[in-house]
Amino acid sequence: MASATADVERRRGPSGYAEVTPRNLARRYARDRVVLFFLVLATASVLLALLTIVGYVFVNGVSALSLDFFTQDLGSPSRAIQGRPTGLGHTIVGTLVVDGLGLLLAVPVGVAAGILLSEYPDHPLNPPLRILNDTLNGMPAILKGLLAWAIIVKPMGTFSGLSGGVALAFVMLPIVARATEGVLRIIPWSIREAGLALGLPRWRVVLNTVLPAARVGVVTGVLIAFARAAGEAAPLLFTSFGNNFYSSGLLRYLTGPVDTLPARLYSLAISPYKEWHAMGWAAGIVLLFIVIFSYVFTRLVTRQRHATDL
Amino acid sequence: MPGDVQSNPDLSSVIRQPTHPVYRRQGDAVFLSLLVLLGLSIIALAVALVWVLVADGRQALERFGFLDFLTGTTWDPVRGIHGAWPFILGTLITSVAALALSFLPALGVAIFSAEYAPRWLAGIIDTVVDLMAAIPSVVVGIWGIFVLVPWMQNHLYLPVFLWANTHAPELLPIVGAPSGYNIVTATLILALMIIPYTTALSRDAIRLVPRSQREAARALGATRWETMRMAVIPYARGGIIAGAILSFGRAIGETMAVAMLIGNGNRLPFTFFGPAATMPSVIVNEFREAVENLHLSSLMAVGLYLFFISLAVNLVAAWLQRKFVVGGRAL
Repeated sequence: MASATADVERRRGPSGYAEVTPRNLARRYARDRVVLFFLVLATASVLLALLTIVGYVFVNGVSALSLDFFTQDLGSPSRAIQGRPTGLGHTIVGTLVVDGLGLLLAVPVGVAAGILLSEYPDHPLNPPLRILNDTLNGMPAILKGLLAWAIIVKPMGTFSGLSGGVALAFVMLPIVARATEGVLRIIPWSIREAGLALGLPRWRVVLNTVLPAARVGVVTGVLIAFARAAGEAAPLLFTSFGNNFYSSGLLRYLTGPVDTLPARLYSLAISPYKEWHAMGWAAGIVLLFIVIFSYVFTRLVTRQRHATDL
Repeated sequence: MPGDVQSNPDLSSVIRQPTHPVYRRQGDAVFLSLLVLLGLSIIALAVALVWVLVADGRQALERFGFLDFLTGTTWDPVRGIHGAWPFILGTLITSVAALALSFLPALGVAIFSAEYAPRWLAGIIDTVVDLMAAIPSVVVGIWGIFVLVPWMQNHLYLPVFLWANTHAPELLPIVGAPSGYNIVTATLILALMIIPYTTALSRDAIRLVPRSQREAARALGATRWETMRMAVIPYARGGIIAGAILSFGRAIGETMAVAMLIGNGNRLPFTFFGPAATMPSVIVNEFREAVENLHLSSLMAVGLYLFFISLAVNLVAAWLQRKFVVGGRAL
């Protein structure tokens, strides 16, 4: 009965033709099941391992989350050990300043480069621009930190939030450019042609019809870049450095050393104080929350767009 | 800026404006030059990156020689002797081992999600994997310090070390004194961190394989796995390999988690359970504290080597992707 099925085993018999026997058919089905078992095993263990990390962060950090955590600054370790109010309020402010500066610098340049690549496909600048943008995208973030150190920290003679923002902008920039080019390309040419046929100049077509149509995609790209940069500690350790206290005045956040969540998490984790370890886990929760929020948001808006497209 | 074509009533006023040639041409010229200017800044950035690494690393490269710095096995900032070899070796060992360790599980997840799982389950798997790719390195690092290291120390490093101590003392120089922070820990963490990338990239490559390819194999009587092995994986091969190489590039540049878990020792030879270091980890650990110009310059030179290695890996992946993916689609 098995030989009557269409299953053909490519096993060469003595005759040189494929042989079909009930025995090797059973073996093939058995092998199929074994492979499926291993695939399920691999999937389950990978998902389990990854979810374990998230689970540990939440369980260990949740006890350190309090009002003080969001409003007080860190101060010296004795504050945490003696149970006096301490927190990462200054870190959160610093993160907002540094990440915001990064976005402010990276988004206009990245979007402009994306427009150039997509809307002016024949421009002679495009081939080198695309290659170098991809090169930058593949470079480890720590090298971008070295660059920011060399062009800002060294001449200024001090670690600063400004240099941290610039380092993060270097991280975001290639991602924004790439994503913008990608989403502008899927806007149909008929939309541009319609604008041009109405007598609009090319730049108005880009700004008034193409960009608005691709708005959701551009925002998604920016959020992905933001989520990536918000978790980077390596380029910040020797640019924005770190600080245990609130800075006096907004300007000091740009001109002086500033705390950021990833960099602070690192120094809390390698510190010898148990109380600081708990705060490190809590900083992990905040970081994870930022990442998850960005991810869910992009998922929601892209799904919405698909729903209207269909 | 309200710019929707359908909903913007101002558009009519824009259209009724006399489209004077000066308005059209000058507006376009200004707009394009602005774009070019901003585009040029990306190019300038890439050039500046190389320039800074070369200019600041020059002192070390001139002092020790380009190749001798590469192969120098001693890194002693106190005596002013710098060689990058320990870090290059550490980077290569951990990255290659992490890729080897993670490739098959990652491919398994990709195959299961793309081919076997029902739609709802595939959606869940993809969401979790994509989210995991976004977990910050430092968060993985803190988990490594407080969960993975103590566990591995108690269940693997100490038992093996004690066993070697009594039964095979000749193995001790290879095993090394267990500190918990070592190449094995760093490799495990790296493997875990690149699994989401390898999975996502191979999943995309597998999904690109045309349906007809699968149907043909099924019609010939192939089982599900035989369809994968004979018809789908060979077709997606280029994308899968390119994805693995891109993940390898990720592993090379991964900084924080490795710096937190590898122990940061630069004395060769490295042992399994003793401290080691990688190129990014030494930069992040020593750059803040480096006061000697030569020390700073040496770290910059290590950065320059890191740049070249990353560049090579990315170029190979891009080349593979173009060669296989385009060729595959053209078939």
